[in-house]
Amino acid sequence: MKTLIFRTAAPFITALMLLFSVFVLLRGHNDPGGGFIGGLIAVAAFAVQGIAFGVPVVRRALYFHPMAIAGCGLLMAAFSGVLSYAFAVPYLSGLWAAPSLFGVTVDVSTVMTFDIGVYLVVVGAITSIALSLEDREDG
Amino acid sequence: MEAVLSLLVALFFAAGIYLMLSRHLIRILLGIVLFGNAVNLLIFTNGRLTRGTPPIVPPDLMTSAGPVANPLPQALILTAIVISFSFFSFLLVVVYRAYQDLGTDDTDEMRVAEPADEAPPPMGY
Amino acid sequence: MRRIAVSKRQRHHGLLCIARRNQFSRGCPPRTRRLSQKKSKRSGKGAFLTFIVLLLPLLGAVLAPSLTRLFGGKSGWLLAVLPLAVFIHFLGMLGTVSEGEPVTGGFDWIPSLGVRFSWLLDGLSLTFALLISGIGTLIVIYAGGYLDGHPQQGRFFSFILLFMGAMLGLVVSDSFLMLFVFWELTSITSFLLIGFDHEREASRRAALQALLVTGIGGLSLLAGLLVITQATGFNDLSTLLGSGDALRSSPLYMAAFVLVLGGAFTKSAQFPFHFWLPNAMEAPTPVSAYLHSATMVKAGVYLLMRLNPVMGDTAAWETVLPLFGGTTLLVGTLLAIRQTDLKLMLAYTTVASLGLLVMLTGFGSDLAVEAAVLYLIAHSLFKGALFMVAGLIDHEAGTRDVTALGGLRKAMPVTFAAALLAALSMGGLPMFFGFLAKEEIYAALGFGSGWAALATLAALAGNSLMFAVAFAVALKPFIGAERKTPKHAHEGPVALWLGPLVLALAGLLAGLASGWVHAGLSSPMASAVAGRAVEITISTIPHIGMPLLLSGLTVALGIAAYLKLGALRAGMAGLLAAIGWGPDRGFDQFVRGVLQASVGVTRVVQNGRMDFYMSVTFLCVAAVLLVPMILFGELPVLPAFPDLRFHEWAVVVMAVIGIGAVVYAKSRLVAIVSLGIQGLAVALLFMLFGAPDLSFTQFMIETLSVVILALVMTRLRLSLSDHRPLGQKLLDTGIAGACGLGFGLLLLKVTQLPFDDTLSQFYNAYSRSIAHGRNVVNVIIVDFRGFDTLGEIAVVMITGLAVLALIRIRAKPDAGKTREIEQ
Repeated sequence: MKTLIFRTAAPFITALMLLFSVFVLLRGHNDPGGGFIGGLIAVAAFAVQGIAFGVPVVRRALYFHPMAIAGCGLLMAAFSGVLSYAFAVPYLSGLWAAPSLFGVTVDVSTVMTFDIGVYLVVVGAITSIALSLEDREDG
Repeated sequence: MEAVLSLLVALFFAAGIYLMLSRHLIRILLGIVLFGNAVNLLIFTNGRLTRGTPPIVPPDLMTSAGPVANPLPQALILTAIVISFSFFSFLLVVVYRAYQDLGTDDTDEMRVAEPADEAPPPMGY
Repeated sequence: MRRIAVSKRQRHHGLLCIARRNQFSRGCPPRTRRLSQKKSKRSGKGAFLTFIVLLLPLLGAVLAPSLTRLFGGKSGWLLAVLPLAVFIHFLGMLGTVSEGEPVTGGFDWIPSLGVRFSWLLDGLSLTFALLISGIGTLIVIYAGGYLDGHPQQGRFFSFILLFMGAMLGLVVSDSFLMLFVFWELTSITSFLLIGFDHEREASRRAALQALLVTGIGGLSLLAGLLVITQATGFNDLSTLLGSGDALRSSPLYMAAFVLVLGGAFTKSAQFPFHFWLPNAMEAPTPVSAYLHSATMVKAGVYLLMRLNPVMGDTAAWETVLPLFGGTTLLVGTLLAIRQTDLKLMLAYTTVASLGLLVMLTGFGSDLAVEAAVLYLIAHSLFKGALFMVAGLIDHEAGTRDVTALGGLRKAMPVTFAAALLAALSMGGLPMFFGFLAKEEIYAALGFGSGWAALATLAALAGNSLMFAVAFAVALKPFIGAERKTPKHAHEGPVALWLGPLVLALAGLLAGLASGWVHAGLSSPMASAVAGRAVEITISTIPHIGMPLLLSGLTVALGIAAYLKLGALRAGMAGLLAAIGWGPDRGFDQFVRGVLQASVGVTRVVQNGRMDFYMSVTFLCVAAVLLVPMILFGELPVLPAFPDLRFHEWAVVVMAVIGIGAVVYAKSRLVAIVSLGIQGLAVALLFMLFGAPDLSFTQFMIETLSVVILALVMTRLRLSLSDHRPLGQKLLDTGIAGACGLGFGLLLLKVTQLPFDDTLSQFYNAYSRSIAHGRNVVNVIIVDFRGFDTLGEIAVVMITGLAVLALIRIRAKPDAGKTREIEQ
């Protein structure tokens, strides 16, 4: 898989896919998309990068261990629910706020942080699986 | 439409189970993938089929105007797809490791837990 | 004062009843309701104290190991304080109970099921409680000396105190559930004690045998108690005992009778279940003296006595019990004659004594009940003492073989005295308590009918042989010329001879002061067993009559048997060798048979072939799907030709091609690609039928599957071709086809039924107005059913961790190997 064209194109493909995955994640509440799909797109991006340049490059680029990312995601999803207790509503009830940043109204919600948690778990866990399978220590 | 899908689901199940009855792990693995798809399609068809319109509320309305596809099976299947994929990769690794350690993918030759010529249990006290 | 007045009137009434009974055989109405009133006669504080007292032995069991580590064998004296406290507590109840007022108490255990933790202390259970705690005190002291220096002595104390707690619980239990639980606990602790020396196979076998026999009997008892509850609606003894003829007249009586006997006969070692008791002599002697003579084996007799008021007095009861009891009596004594080991001789006479007790209990008359009560008390005292003597001789001389012992009287005078006193009681000589028991037995049986005469003859034969055995154990080792023994014999320490001496003296004193013993123990106990007030009057002063004549005959025959013991033993040995088979060997054959059967079944069902397991599983799946559908005529109707559009047909055809290619793929590449094709077709189907989210997800998943499958498959180098023979292929095709057909028909049928879309309508209606999201699927996942999703991502995370672990494990065995090589 180390053809010149692939290795040249891979960084662009990866970057585009990662950008697209975040886009799909964020628009998921109103249009097709969401944490699961976005996460899978990001995994595919890392897989492409891994095939092109080898696993160590991807691991370095990720900086954190993929399972650590997944763990953060799970915690984030779980704590999105804990916030409900502060407002005396059942666990995981959606809470919404619309603060105004630089004149633009942004909808912030625990539902969204939950979805980001899902995204991180999928990215972390499945990247971890894919990378460990790609890792050819025994050749 | 449901009739055709039912037939297709039957075919998916039959092929998946046929592969799972094999003695070779890699064929069993392929069978499990087909089986997973069969179950997903079964749930999907159970919720009735609607052509085209996805369950997305138009921006200017509070609820969908016309008939839309049933969202409930979709939500069930979406997570099922991701979970069955993670299990598929887990099984793949198990098969891979088993092959590395035992040197075979034939389930009849994998007899670490249940040896073929197991000695009878002690008959004394 | 008023209470005493009432109870006096009751007793008066009871006496009148007896007087009437002598004229009309069965004219007296049962007065059990008043004997077992449920009201607690004690304050809450008293009940609490009783509860604490019941827990004391268990407390001792917890403390014993550390105490033994600190004080060694001396800890026996310390631990004996606990059963002594129990003894004193129950002694304090003697006054109330002997006036015919049972002491009850307890608390709700599982109120929703109507289960109570409650106790009932009347004459019967109080006598048992006193025997258990009193003899228990002496046994604990004795065990301190007997196992002094044994590395597991602490464990032994724990076990024996646990047993004491269980046995106490058993005899005081009021509710059926408690009775059963404690009954099984005595079986389990007995198992632990018999198997105490678990490094010997004989010990393990004896322990397992006792557990199986008594444990299965316990299950039979449980079933019996459930049947009794079903028949009468009561689930505790006190209300059952007050219910008169309710159980006897129930159609379920026979079932309850047989099941309860199953429990009682196994526990009390009645023929043909007697074989476990002699084998239990593998246990250390304190256990034999305590469990297998004085207490646990009497649990079956206790149960029969307990239920006599409500289950006795029927033809079945009065036939089966004397029959089995009498047989056990004769078989036990004959086998006892055969033995040369002191403990085994005693063990078989214990079997015989239990048979005698069951026979008397089954006889049903007041005199028989009195005789049973007296004999039970006497037996506990002299048999406990004799066992301890046997252990003492073993401990000091190093052997228990009666033919190898002799002339110990000078070396062990105290032991000799204790042994002789106990043997005189067992032989039933005047002044001793055993004498009273024997007189009462002969008075109860008599020659009134052919049946009674038969029982009298059995008792006569049994008693004379037991007489011979008693003196063979207590006299033979001590008299005659001194014999060389493995150890040089001398008198044991106080801890060892205190127990037998106290018990043997108690047998003498109880005989001399029989009036007090009758008032305090025997009469209340006999009243509880008979279910109406009974007063025992027999004293040790001999009075001329048939019983005395029979007693004399017993002694004469006994002396003759003692003198001819060697010849009798040889005769019995020859007879047994001629028979060759016994229940003990039968037990071995049974256990072996069960093991072989289970091995055979396992070999067939769990043959280690996964394709076999899978075939069976999917055959069941096909049957579950198809059989009900066909049986109930719920097959779907034949659908009209579907009106699919061209591109939809194209996708379906693509899926079919993908499936076919996966099944028939010969190379890895074809398999991977065709797997991708069918996945892509599924993704397109989702897209066509309004599920873009699913479609995208499926598409991404298929991409990733192909990638990782390609990564792994290139390393596996496996051939994908199918090696199955044609017959196997056809069979598998049949199973798979049946399953597929089943699922397809099920789905078709479901889609032909009316559709309930309430839930979907709910999500569609509220997705935007409540959850502020327009994509209903996503809103369901992250909001409406967020908690489910949390669980699902946790699963994804766990599979990720598992894969990581599996990949990482690989390095370890290699590392281990290299280390080994380096070493």
